[in-house]
Amino acid sequence: MSFLQVQDIHHIYFTKASATTALSDITLTVEEGEFVSFLGPSGCGKTTLLSIISSLLKPTQGTVLLENKPVSTSKNQIGYMLQQDYLFPWKTIEENILIGLKLSKQLNEKNKSAALNLLYQIGLSGVEKQLPKQLSGGMRQRAALVRTLATEPKLLMLDEPFSALDYQTKLKLEDLISQTLDEFRKTAILVTHDIGEAIAMSDRVFLLSPSPGRIYKTLTMPEELRMVSPFEARNHEVFPSIFQLIWKELESLEQGKE
Amino acid sequence: MSKEKNKVELLHTNYIHSLKIERRWVRFYQAVIIIVFFSSWELSSQKQWIDPLIFSSPSKIWHLFLDKMQDGSLLTHTGVTLTETIFGFVLGTFLGTILAAILWWSPLIQKILDPYLVVLNAMPKVALGPILIVVLGSGYPSIIAMGAIISVIITTIVVYTSFKEVDPNYLKVLQTFGATRFQCFKEAILPASFPTIISTLKVNVGLSWVGVIVGEFLVSSRGLGYMIIYGFQVFNFSLVFLSLLVIAVIATIMYQLVELLEKKLIKE
Repeated sequence: MSFLQVQDIHHIYFTKASATTALSDITLTVEEGEFVSFLGPSGCGKTTLLSIISSLLKPTQGTVLLENKPVSTSKNQIGYMLQQDYLFPWKTIEENILIGLKLSKQLNEKNKSAALNLLYQIGLSGVEKQLPKQLSGGMRQRAALVRTLATEPKLLMLDEPFSALDYQTKLKLEDLISQTLDEFRKTAILVTHDIGEAIAMSDRVFLLSPSPGRIYKTLTMPEELRMVSPFEARNHEVFPSIFQLIWKELESLEQGKE
Repeated sequence: MSKEKNKVELLHTNYIHSLKIERRWVRFYQAVIIIVFFSSWELSSQKQWIDPLIFSSPSKIWHLFLDKMQDGSLLTHTGVTLTETIFGFVLGTFLGTILAAILWWSPLIQKILDPYLVVLNAMPKVALGPILIVVLGSGYPSIIAMGAIISVIITTIVVYTSFKEVDPNYLKVLQTFGATRFQCFKEAILPASFPTIISTLKVNVGLSWVGVIVGEFLVSSRGLGYMIIYGFQVFNFSLVFLSLLVIAVIATIMYQLVELLEKKLIKE
């Protein structure tokens, strides 16, 4: 049995004026330790799908199983990283990264020192007592990663976590996150509209087509890209050909729409 | 290099100096206004250009002030009004925030109560005075209630709006950690709205003075509002003006204190 099973998800948004089908017939599985991406144009329901998998949103139809149990029963197994850091501006970095442990009443000396240790490992020492506004964008997003990892989630959701950063910081963070996830053997799902990012970071890429969101194609990344860091993958000789392939697929999706 | 630096420093000193001079002029004209106001008041009253019986004069008010200070009655009256006002506005802000929390907690209750809030907000609260006095008796409780009721609804509306405007992504972060609604409120909604609550505190200081003074007009036998009404009834307008001046000074001090509190609490 797969680590994560998404079975036959349909989701409809209701408003007074209309009912919009956001997702239709989504079925997929993710293995433990795997890194997968949802890639597609905006409006294809990527974030909706992520919200459903992390049980923030109840799908109109379908089930999501994590280790064969419905996700709604597995609290704190799933970590979620948003487009921006959303560190609480009135809390210090230390309070921010411990908030997950505090809310789930797991805050003890052992977990606390583990979280602080993670902060050092990720290259943020000496900022515990500072407020988020004293940190740069990249540092804040790293602190947000520590906050997400502090509760030791089994599955990590990354909702365009690099989109608010400058290019250089983004490349550095890609490497850092990829390395950290490998180290802790975490399973992760990335939502992105950046083709290069999806190729560089993932083991598999799901291409989603818009209105209603469906899985259009699943691409497995070649072994040589999966072995190396995202930055090296971007410079690998097979990278451009895969980029071209995905580019054409997305082009044909757009034409199909017109 | 050091020449360049010296030049910049010189310019900076000049700039600071010019700021100082401007500030001195502002203070000077502010002083001129108050001196001209009081001395022309005194003069026109002594020359009988205005009716001294109605408009009194600064010197008469000053003597009355010394008298009332000596027999201690001014301090008693001021103490009474001050206590009522502080209780009134703290209570008003506190109840308003709690009401706002209830509305945030249950969108259904919010929808149901919405039109009633609009009606209550539109109504002049001081008109409730007689009813409060009948219900709560003629003493501290009804006056404090006046001070509170005048600010509670507007506080509810302002604070609830700020609760609603908190970025939903903060809640999303907390929900991914399995936070309950109460935890969301405590960790995100309330601290994010703290600046708004403090600034309603500033507005409520002013409102509560209105409520308390009107309350004392209606019922009390003590307090600055009572002094105004009593002075009016016995046609002692020096007393009326004395009370007004004391109110002006104390209300200003209270406002400044709340502003100080705001600066202390909100470090950003």
